[in-house]
Amino acid sequence: MPTKDTATQRLEVRKTYKLYIGGAFPRSESGRSYVVNNAKGKFLANASQASRKDARDAVVAARKAFGGWHARTAYNRGQVLYRIAEVMEGRHQQFSAEVSASEGLSISKARAVVDASIDRWVWYAGWADKLAQVVGSSNPVAGPYFDFSLPEATGVVAVLAPQDSSLLGLTSVIAPAIVSGNTVVAVSSYERPLPAVTLGEVMATSDVPGGVVNLLTGSASEIGPWLASHDDVNAIDLCGITSDDEARDLEIAAAGNLKRVRRPAAEDWSADQGLSRLTQYLELKTVWHPIGV
Amino acid sequence: MSRFEYAPAPESRAIVDIKSSYGLFVNGQFIEATDGKPFKTVSPASEEVLAEVSEAGPADVDKAVKAARKAFDKVWGPMSGKDRAKYLFRIARLIQERSRELAVLESLDNGKPIRESRDVDIPLVAAHFFYYAGWADKLEYAGVGDDPQPWGVAGQVIPWNFPMLMLAWKIAPALAAGNTVVLKPAETTPLTALAFAEICQQADLPPGVVNIVTGAGRTGQALVEHPDVDKVAFTGSTDVGRAIAKSVAGTHKAVTLELGGKAANIVFEDAPIDQTIEGIVNGIFFNQGHVCCAGSRLLVQESVYDEVLARLKRRMGTLRVGDPLDKNTDIGAINSAAQLAKIRELSQIGEDEGAERWSPDCELPANGYWFPPTVFTGVSQAHRIAREEIFGPVLSVLTFRTPAEAVEKANNTPFGLSAGIWTEKGSRILWMANQLRAGVVWANTFNRFDPTSPFGGYKESGYGREGGRHGLEAYLAH
Repeated sequence: MPTKDTATQRLEVRKTYKLYIGGAFPRSESGRSYVVNNAKGKFLANASQASRKDARDAVVAARKAFGGWHARTAYNRGQVLYRIAEVMEGRHQQFSAEVSASEGLSISKARAVVDASIDRWVWYAGWADKLAQVVGSSNPVAGPYFDFSLPEATGVVAVLAPQDSSLLGLTSVIAPAIVSGNTVVAVSSYERPLPAVTLGEVMATSDVPGGVVNLLTGSASEIGPWLASHDDVNAIDLCGITSDDEARDLEIAAAGNLKRVRRPAAEDWSADQGLSRLTQYLELKTVWHPIGV
Repeated sequence: MSRFEYAPAPESRAIVDIKSSYGLFVNGQFIEATDGKPFKTVSPASEEVLAEVSEAGPADVDKAVKAARKAFDKVWGPMSGKDRAKYLFRIARLIQERSRELAVLESLDNGKPIRESRDVDIPLVAAHFFYYAGWADKLEYAGVGDDPQPWGVAGQVIPWNFPMLMLAWKIAPALAAGNTVVLKPAETTPLTALAFAEICQQADLPPGVVNIVTGAGRTGQALVEHPDVDKVAFTGSTDVGRAIAKSVAGTHKAVTLELGGKAANIVFEDAPIDQTIEGIVNGIFFNQGHVCCAGSRLLVQESVYDEVLARLKRRMGTLRVGDPLDKNTDIGAINSAAQLAKIRELSQIGEDEGAERWSPDCELPANGYWFPPTVFTGVSQAHRIAREEIFGPVLSVLTFRTPAEAVEKANNTPFGLSAGIWTEKGSRILWMANQLRAGVVWANTFNRFDPTSPFGGYKESGYGREGGRHGLEAYLAH
């Protein structure tokens, strides 16, 4: 359906909504796409429908990116996350339009959601170089050792993003994973995937290395089992799963390599987020260093 | 160097009074089991039957969980942190008072040398209770918010390698945080847990706060799967850990798992050699190698390989294997016939796959379960003895040239519990510690434990930490 800007009579150049894997924007290798409608049921776009193979490619990309991202200084990761907020600010209008269309919000409410999403990136950015001080420790052991415990990223985190909150929710489940050095494979909201694709474009044009965040549009129910059973995934957030039976089955699959599992729960994305999603994807490493002359 | 000859120096058994049979400890009393068959616990050093122990069936487990729930609701939950602390301090003191008895009992039932049970296990048990006692009235400072709450009833399943120490790691933080517990000791080592039940009675701990149900896998399964258990804590094999992770799927239960390991113990060419040899020996032969964090993969820098191996073999020749109650014993008995069979099988596989096996000449007692200290050389990363947890006194030796290669080999395992680094260079210690994907990294030491120091694994070694403030967090809802 061709649309025209009535002021200029110019025909709009539409965007192709693709996946974001390893810093590139491929279509689904399966060749599949699905129709995305707005909240009123009107056609918005065709989104790529990610497949099992796309999910595996994304895990490979995330694993490849993990070493470098995890080795960066906390200060640097904080700056990179902050840069995401900066670049999102420049795309405020686009995000607002997509959130409004996807979630059926008035444009002013959608703007508030985008504001909160950008602010959330800023909030998490600041955590990068504070986590170790807040959740680490120095341990007064009964012996001549300097004994200290530091948090470290667990590795590749699969995130089944919330189905309702297409941008603020998505931000709130990705940011806490990557700020500590994890890399992420996220499956967007099925019915509201467009803000996720645009967020991928933000990632690509801020300083986030390719593969740190991989975004798949499609069905969490379809892709979730492949991620839950993937032996190179270290943790999984089941947030976007709405069926108890499905959540249980995914948790069972995740037990295969003892993934750290975050079960679905009622979430208020507008509330303060606390530390629980940050600490969910951390390992604690305790080092015993001898003291002597 | 020839072996020093020692006269036998056995610790007296007179200090322990083992009953001929034991019931389950439920609601402050020893009771008969109603739906399980009694089983025998033997001394692995002699195969002598020590006592008959009750097997708790699902109905017995249910009774214990109900007692724990009632104690949580009526007594332990509402009690002030200050009073909970006092009970835990009492328990710590009772353990110290009865420490020699507990050490002898542990060595009898488990087979570990008295030197270890007396100098490591039991002192650490008391230290754990003492440490967590102090947390009970300070939970708001534990870093999980202003009003931290216990989960409720904790179901805890522990292994046979450090029977009473694992009990302390589980029970002390659970009670400090305000939970009540049902604990299942391993079927081959129930006696110190039952002695602990008596200590709870001596401490006047309110009935139901601690319940001990003895039995094997079936009992553990009934406990873990009980719908009124809020928090599951398990230490044991990765396979059972996986099964537990599956069984709690879709429930409200919080879980921590301390599972297997295949730790790399990494020796650089500048390592202090004498200290390193002692560390290698301690890393793999401490507690007969029945240690989840044992340094079972020795990675030696090529330039010092010959020297390290020669010295290690010489040192292994002086290790004394035998009576666990003899104060001179370095290596005691393998805990069970089943474990001995597993160690033999994997060692045979090591030979079959082409690795070279060596043990010092060593006379093993005729009765009981014994395995000599063993080292395999010519081991590749693909060999099963380099990949699977043997859980016995068997060391696999590999080599490396550069620190980067050491890191790659050390991390090439699905486990991630512990690692050791031997070098005189401090900056290298910290660089290596950064690179290793393991929950506990020991530098120029190995197998050190402390109640203030969090312990637990990466990857398939499980999740959650025990010890320190982080160990307390695992027992607080957040």
